[in-house]
Amino acid sequence: MTVIETEPSFIPVQTRSERPKSTIRDDFAALTGREAAFKYTPVAELSALSDGPLDGAPLPIRVSGDAVGFAASLIERTDERIGGAGLPEDRLSAAAWQAFDKAQLLSITGEDAQTVTVVRDSAGAAPRAAHTVIEVAPNARATLVIENSGDAQLTENVEVLVGDGAHLTLVTVQQWADSARHVASHFVRAGRDATITHIVVTLGGALVRLNPSAHLVGDGSSAQLLGAYFADAGQHLEHQVYVFHEGPHTTSRVTYKGALQGKDAHTVWIGDVLIGPKAVGTDSYEQNRNLVLTEGARADSVPNLEIETGDIIGAGHASATGRFDDEQLFYLESRGIPEEEARRLVVRGFLAEIVQQIGVPELEERLTSAIEAELSEASVA
Amino acid sequence: MSVLEIRDLKTTVKTEQDVKEILRGVDLTVKSGEVHAIMGPNGSGKSTLAYTIAGHPKYTVTGGTITLDGENVLAMTADQRARAGLFLAMQYPVEIPGVTNTNFLRTAKTAIDGTAPSIRTWGKDVTAAMDRLRMDSSFASRNVNEGFSGGEKKRNEILQLELLRPKFAVLDETDSGLDVDALKIVSEGVNRAHEATGLGILLITHYTRILRYIHPDFVHVFVAGRVAEEGGPELADRLEDEGYDRYVAAASAN
Ligand SMILES: Nc1ncnc2c1ncn2[C@@H]1O[C@H](COP(=O)(O)OP(=O)(O)OP(=O)(O)O)[C@@H](O)[C@H]1O
Ligand SMILES: [Mg+2]
Repeated sequence: MTVIETEPSFIPVQTRSERPKSTIRDDFAALTGREAAFKYTPVAELSALSDGPLDGAPLPIRVSGDAVGFAASLIERTDERIGGAGLPEDRLSAAAWQAFDKAQLLSITGEDAQTVTVVRDSAGAAPRAAHTVIEVAPNARATLVIENSGDAQLTENVEVLVGDGAHLTLVTVQQWADSARHVASHFVRAGRDATITHIVVTLGGALVRLNPSAHLVGDGSSAQLLGAYFADAGQHLEHQVYVFHEGPHTTSRVTYKGALQGKDAHTVWIGDVLIGPKAVGTDSYEQNRNLVLTEGARADSVPNLEIETGDIIGAGHASATGRFDDEQLFYLESRGIPEEEARRLVVRGFLAEIVQQIGVPELEERLTSAIEAELSEASVA
Repeated sequence: MSVLEIRDLKTTVKTEQDVKEILRGVDLTVKSGEVHAIMGPNGSGKSTLAYTIAGHPKYTVTGGTITLDGENVLAMTADQRARAGLFLAMQYPVEIPGVTNTNFLRTAKTAIDGTAPSIRTWGKDVTAAMDRLRMDSSFASRNVNEGFSGGEKKRNEILQLELLRPKFAVLDETDSGLDVDALKIVSEGVNRAHEATGLGILLITHYTRILRYIHPDFVHVFVAGRVAEEGGPELADRLEDEGYDRYVAAASAN
């Protein structure tokens, strides 16, 4: 890849921890697209979710996998766990919060690292809101996969409470239908020595805006936030990642990689890292890499780092957007590999770094084929 | 017995300002089992010749022919040329992030042979070839050339040469950047391929040192985009003593 190492436009997040929070939609002004957090978002396309009435009925789900130590149930709005991991920081998130009837609780108590898959494939075309609470008991271990497909006009909040000493791998896969619009805020709160691996794979949907935040409260907690996305013609895929190192000796790694192909394919990555005044011994690194495969596609990438204590181990960021490198293709072709296959190899390799960390071989294979299908579809178009 | 034949080959490259003529009528014939050394000053067009044979899209052929056993090589894409039996060990091998050497080698072997290599023997073949080139087994799982040192990249090129078994190989300054031990190891790899498959070799180099290990049958002096003189191995020694001055002077007088 010809890597154009961009010196990131360095806008300090100043008051990221002081952004207004509210669960009431109209506490936030109507969206104009000029807000810092919506600068790259086509807000007009989201008006049904930001301004209209929302169906608050819980999303239908199907659970598969070994469900020992796992339970799914609905909980009331008044449940004390709701709001335990975070509160809305923008109008779309608040709209969802205000509108949901009952929340979907997914609770994990098992300690033998099972994989559970939750399929959400019938959200439907009407605008709706959802709220999910994922509660991981102290010392529990599991991989939870949430697979999203079908049509959707959905704004939602996902709270993730990772108990002391627990290890959670949370994978969310966005393979929505071409017409779908999906806005999500994920709030992760990690307890003492808790570990969260948060993986996002976004392939399908007209507009996806998924903002994961990890609040490292507990001493020694750590978060790895990974993302892979592939945008083709007309798709807008946005991920705003926020890591708040609040407790001491906390670690975070953020790696998002994206491929773009086709006219008006647009991806946005904003990565905010805040190292609070008590977060001594923090070790943090965030990076975003984009591979632009054709003309007419655009990748925006903005890393931000705000440090409020001097006593840290490390904090860094990197952002690079590169084009398909003719030299790479030629090298592979000069070894007998046909052009189509050479392209597949390069893109698959680029995104493999993320997909390979899911740790569920069947899902990894399925996503790898889905990425290859994206490639061949777009090259036919 | 195969023949790679280059006749009156002319190529240009498009630069930002204009179109630059680089090869100005190259004639060269390489037969199976022959070793041809090509020596010449910087910028004379040696790599351009190598890339043009391999089919790099950056270079435009404006005249002449390249044939492999009578087949028109210029009508083939780069991957077709490789499958027809041509191989280029590059002066600057390219890094491919995210693609492991193992995966790359198997994909290339499958493409060249038209069928996937036997699962039973392939792994062993790769390991054995890497051992002979004194490449640590970790290079199999690393991404193609990524973070390899200059010398490690060159070994990786020769590893591919040995595993893909082409008919003809162009080695573009494979010796540059190799330490004395590596030069010997890499040369042995080239000689093994030469003996095992009757490989025909076009060896581009600036130094006679490699010619102590890989013995050329012919030496060509390459100046200003064409072959200025041809001779036997003794010509290389003369070049080492005298340099290219008299050829360069003659070329600019033309
Ligand atoms: N893509 C290109 N754009 C502009 N000029 C080029 C390009 N490729 C080659 N050239 C020019 O063509 C000439 C020949 O280059 P080439 O790399 O073939 O030389 P060489 O004989 O291999 O030199 P060296 O011994 O330094 O490797 C040089 O003057 C070089 O600058
Ligand atoms: Mg050269």
